[in-house]
Amino acid sequence: MSFISDSSAAGQGVTVSIATPGDFIALMKPRVMSLVIFTALTGILIAPTPVNPIIGFASLLAIAVGAGASGALNMWYDSDIDAVMRRTAKRPIPAGRVTRQEALTFGLVLAVLSVFTLGIVANWAAAALLAFTIFFYVVIYTMLLKRSTPQNIVIGGAAGAFPPMVGALAATGHLSLASVSLFAIIFVWTPPHFWALALVKADDFRRAGIPMLPNVAGPDRTRRDILLYSLLLAPLGLAPWLIGFVSPVYGVLALALGALFVLHAVRVYLVRDGERASRLAMRMFGFSILYLFLLFAEIVGERALALALPALSLSW
Amino acid sequence: MVKPLAIDKKPQGIRLSTAQEKSRRQRNLAIAIAIGLFVVLIYVVTIVKLGPAVLVRPL
Repeated sequence: MSFISDSSAAGQGVTVSIATPGDFIALMKPRVMSLVIFTALTGILIAPTPVNPIIGFASLLAIAVGAGASGALNMWYDSDIDAVMRRTAKRPIPAGRVTRQEALTFGLVLAVLSVFTLGIVANWAAAALLAFTIFFYVVIYTMLLKRSTPQNIVIGGAAGAFPPMVGALAATGHLSLASVSLFAIIFVWTPPHFWALALVKADDFRRAGIPMLPNVAGPDRTRRDILLYSLLLAPLGLAPWLIGFVSPVYGVLALALGALFVLHAVRVYLVRDGERASRLAMRMFGFSILYLFLLFAEIVGERALALALPALSLSW
Repeated sequence: MVKPLAIDKKPQGIRLSTAQEKSRRQRNLAIAIAIGLFVVLIYVVTIVKLGPAVLVRPL
């Protein structure tokens, strides 16, 4: 990666990067990374036999860096539309602190490093799935879907849903129904989560030319689809308990949170105009984050407790 | 007598501003720390993977 951009041939002199390490951390989308770390940790912890903590930690680190690589490559490709959206205009590339070339090189180096590290530390099946996740997010979602179809977030949501499967694969070496159930929850959760935000930020997305559902099919259709996905998500949230790898405490929590999720969706569906409609959509967006966090935190909590106190490890 | 061109002058190179020098130093430090941590990580993982049996060998 060259930090010196030589444009002297054009008689414009030489510019030297002023990017700080903080700018490169921002390229990795730390908030998305924290979600990936959390869901991948859940995937690691649901392994029937506990994984060595050092191997588990190193695997988690590799998965997190892989997510960071995806973020950097996404910012490299999307720098043009990031510049016109208020939400993303301050990112390192549109702000002029990092060049596109630097972001591309940074992302590629991290992607290769994370995949090979996971292969060496855990196993090559997990590494292959991590590589596929990065490919899916960067090529399938960012390059192919995001600017071409309002279903971008539906299909592209799979990229955000893979981390628990990567974590479980790193811990056990094979895919389990338990990890697939966690994938399914995140996959179905993603559209109503993003569409709630898209309802409020529709102008931003329109200006950037991104065909989000509210811009293409209208807010009414978006509200209907949010409700439909919420009705699908509520029972799906119970799957980990029905499969039997978590306690009934999780089942009760998932039932209560699922009902609240549907309640938020019904409110968004019914109130369609004015400031209150925007407020309800943003409230649903906020609650959707809390929903996923609490479900996965419960699983992490009870698995951590079972590891700390093996006598409490009951068969549900 | 024609004075020779100033070919004996040393090339000036790129003069960095204070901000550029500071950010370069920070980047160098971050890369050094990252590589150091990566080496430690690989070392520890290697020890864990080899396990205690690595010390059991005929003398």
